[in-house]
Amino acid sequence: MFKKTISSPHIHSPSYSTQGMMFRVILALLPAVAVYAWLFGWGVIINLLLAVGVALSCEAAMLTVRDRPLLPTITDGSAILTALLLVFALPPLAPWWLTTIGVAFAIIVAKHLYGGLGFNPFNPAMIGYVVLLVSFPRELTLWSLPAQLSEHTLDFGSTLNYIFSGTLPAHLGIDALTSATPLDMMKTQLGLGHTTSGIIAAHPVFGFMGGKGWIWINLLLLAGGLWLIYRRIINWHIPATLLGSLFAISLLFFLLDPQHAPSPLFHLFSGAAILGAFFIATDPVTAATSNIGRLWYGAGIGILIYVIRSWGGFPDGVAFAVLLMNMAAPTIDYYTKPRVFGHGDRDA
Amino acid sequence: MKRWSFHGGVELPGHKQKSTTRPVESAPLPKQLILPLSQHLGAPAEPVVNVGDKVQKGEMIAKPGGFVSAPVHASSSGIVTAIEELPVPHPSGLYAPCITIKTDGKDTWLNREQQTDYRQLEPALIRERIREAGIVGLGGAGFPAFIKLNPGKTVKTLILNGAECEPYITSDDMLMRERADEIVQGLLIMQRAVQALHCIIAIEDNKPQAAQAMQAALQQIGTVDTGIVIVPARYPAGGEKQLIKVVTGQEVPSGGLPIQVGVVCQNIATAAAIYRAVYRGEPLLSRYVTITGSAVAEPRNLEVLIGTPVRDLLDSCGTDFTHLQEVIMGGPMMGIALADHEVPLVKTGNCLLALKQGEIELHPTVVPCIRCGNCADVCPVNLLPQQLYWHARSRDFDKTQEYDLFDCIECGCCAYVCPSNIPLVHYYRFAKSEIRSQQEQKRKADIARERHEKREQRLAREKAERAARHARKKPGTDDETKKAAIQAALERARASKPGTPPDDV
Ligand code: SF4
Ligand code: SF4
Repeated sequence: MFKKTISSPHIHSPSYSTQGMMFRVILALLPAVAVYAWLFGWGVIINLLLAVGVALSCEAAMLTVRDRPLLPTITDGSAILTALLLVFALPPLAPWWLTTIGVAFAIIVAKHLYGGLGFNPFNPAMIGYVVLLVSFPRELTLWSLPAQLSEHTLDFGSTLNYIFSGTLPAHLGIDALTSATPLDMMKTQLGLGHTTSGIIAAHPVFGFMGGKGWIWINLLLLAGGLWLIYRRIINWHIPATLLGSLFAISLLFFLLDPQHAPSPLFHLFSGAAILGAFFIATDPVTAATSNIGRLWYGAGIGILIYVIRSWGGFPDGVAFAVLLMNMAAPTIDYYTKPRVFGHGDRDA
Repeated sequence: MKRWSFHGGVELPGHKQKSTTRPVESAPLPKQLILPLSQHLGAPAEPVVNVGDKVQKGEMIAKPGGFVSAPVHASSSGIVTAIEELPVPHPSGLYAPCITIKTDGKDTWLNREQQTDYRQLEPALIRERIREAGIVGLGGAGFPAFIKLNPGKTVKTLILNGAECEPYITSDDMLMRERADEIVQGLLIMQRAVQALHCIIAIEDNKPQAAQAMQAALQQIGTVDTGIVIVPARYPAGGEKQLIKVVTGQEVPSGGLPIQVGVVCQNIATAAAIYRAVYRGEPLLSRYVTITGSAVAEPRNLEVLIGTPVRDLLDSCGTDFTHLQEVIMGGPMMGIALADHEVPLVKTGNCLLALKQGEIELHPTVVPCIRCGNCADVCPVNLLPQQLYWHARSRDFDKTQEYDLFDCIECGCCAYVCPSNIPLVHYYRFAKSEIRSQQEQKRKADIARERHEKREQRLAREKAERAARHARKKPGTDDETKKAAIQAALERARASKPGTPPDDV
């Protein structure tokens, strides 16, 4: 790559920098992270620090191996963001090795082996998550209960101890601390022939519009996402069609059969739909780039999320939906080339 | 009047205030004038003077070198001291033939041919006047003005471009404020030359004083079919095709000319120069130039003789040479960084922007493209700059052309907003020049191959003929062997038909 020589343009907008964009995305995530930690305990914080540490070390190691300048990349915020997104996808009490494997795979394989930031066709955090989901499905479903529902809370020391050695204080079993996520529960129970209203009434993990606790996290994610749009860090196109299509398709099935199809609001506000819409699907590196393309890309993810949640083998479909559409992005880009000024027709 | 808009564009900090506070004065007469023979698009002019000749102000010193060309005149009186290659304003610090005049300080004019009423002149004669005066597009491109004024088709709209959308530059703004009547007269002359149905003067909304002055001049002169359109200040609203879109709603076809949508577009300063040429018989000898930037103590506009060394101009406005980082001729988005301060101001030089050290980052850290699409959002041509970059970088030039590389106007919007600091336009220029040189090479190779083939065929034919003659002479040889010999020769000739690569290229 050659350096910028003295050729026009001679000025650059001060308000755009890749680093600035990454850190604003991180900033927009932080309130939700804080509430997540507050609701689900120390595990979130411990795993978060662990993930960021692993991400930065892997990034540094790979840059060294690939003989690339260390400083500009390590400080660009992208590795931290990957770590943060992955922590959101992992159970709060995930053992240390689970987090480490996920993050390391995301950074080393999904990012650097594909050529580093900008060259990776798949979202690294989602690759990391899917690898864990396929290899360690049991560990990923052991989700701790939100503080409101659990009679027991773990203090910092015991959480640390559990994450790193897998042992709990004598009087506690892991079952007392964890349960399936709302989406998981809904899926299992529907599979057993129960109705949505019956399931929601019978199980305390469900609250107004989705899972208890999750609603707050999701509202904060929504606020963070809207702020990013307002600050023009991300475009509205992908979140709008992603959530819009998810809403539309779930509304359709809900109206057809309200007893066996959860409501659209349940779909939007439980699981990772909001996180996915504003923070994962909008990852510019792996998304479609033209605005029309982004509309299709978002809509595709929304529909795939519904399909995977309803008929697939996994409780949440955000990760798979995003990865599938990552694959489709180059094709979408090709067919949504904008009409160039002065050209009669689109010449795709 | 109705306005349209173009895709993309950026809002840029204007920096225009400082250079508009003082009235425009003439720059001091320089000791020496350097007049490049090529200050326009097209063939360079050819000198008609010799070293040692005495020349007067307004005298033609170089004649047009072809149809698409423009003459050069002595901007002041003096003696021709050299005709040689000197550094000229060019991105790569190029040397080009120039005529140097040592001025005598008297500024004596050649006799000027006065012409008061353009309405008596035939369009063809108007164009001839404009051609003889060496007037080129003064907005930046430098295309000989008389050619554009000979469209050979009905002109619906004649647009006068007073948008001046690049930051810092205010020379057109000041010209409109101070010489609005000359501009309007120039416009009327052009209207007569192209027989335009109506005219539009387009001015960006950040120049209210200029618009007012122009309005007043229009009223005073009393035109009916000319209107002023205020366009939003959004770079590059002054780009020819963008402005035509904003003003008429029409898109000039890719690779085409404005006349294809019934439009002729000229710059404000060109109009004023045309007025002077036709009314007063004055060739293009001077222009308004903005001299500004953080390194300039007294930013302002000066009326500058073409050929004045840039250093003199910077000096006369109190430039801090010790902390100078870069001097740009033109604006910060599309201007040329001057490699040398001794270069002369040329006809198309509307601005000298002298920036202090640290004002702009010369080597910002470039990080990989994150495909954010900012560049595509701002591209006024609606290209996909990130794809162009991707393919230019991997030298996949066919792909760059598939993505319409040659529609890129090099406005710099994409690079301006790229968060990864990628010098995008640099890559496009690189790709364009590579493609051009490949085409040139291919053309040469084709010629060489053709020549080679012709030669081979000729040799084969001669050989066949010789063989035939030989066979005829030889007694006892039957027809069969004759035929075989000819056949063999013809086959050899056929073997070197197209498809065989020439071995000498
Ligand atoms: S603005 Fe820069 S980083 Fe963003 S897509 Fe364009 S080239 Fe890539
Ligand atoms: S320089 Fe070319 S690609 Fe970049 S914004 Fe301007 S026209 Fe588009």
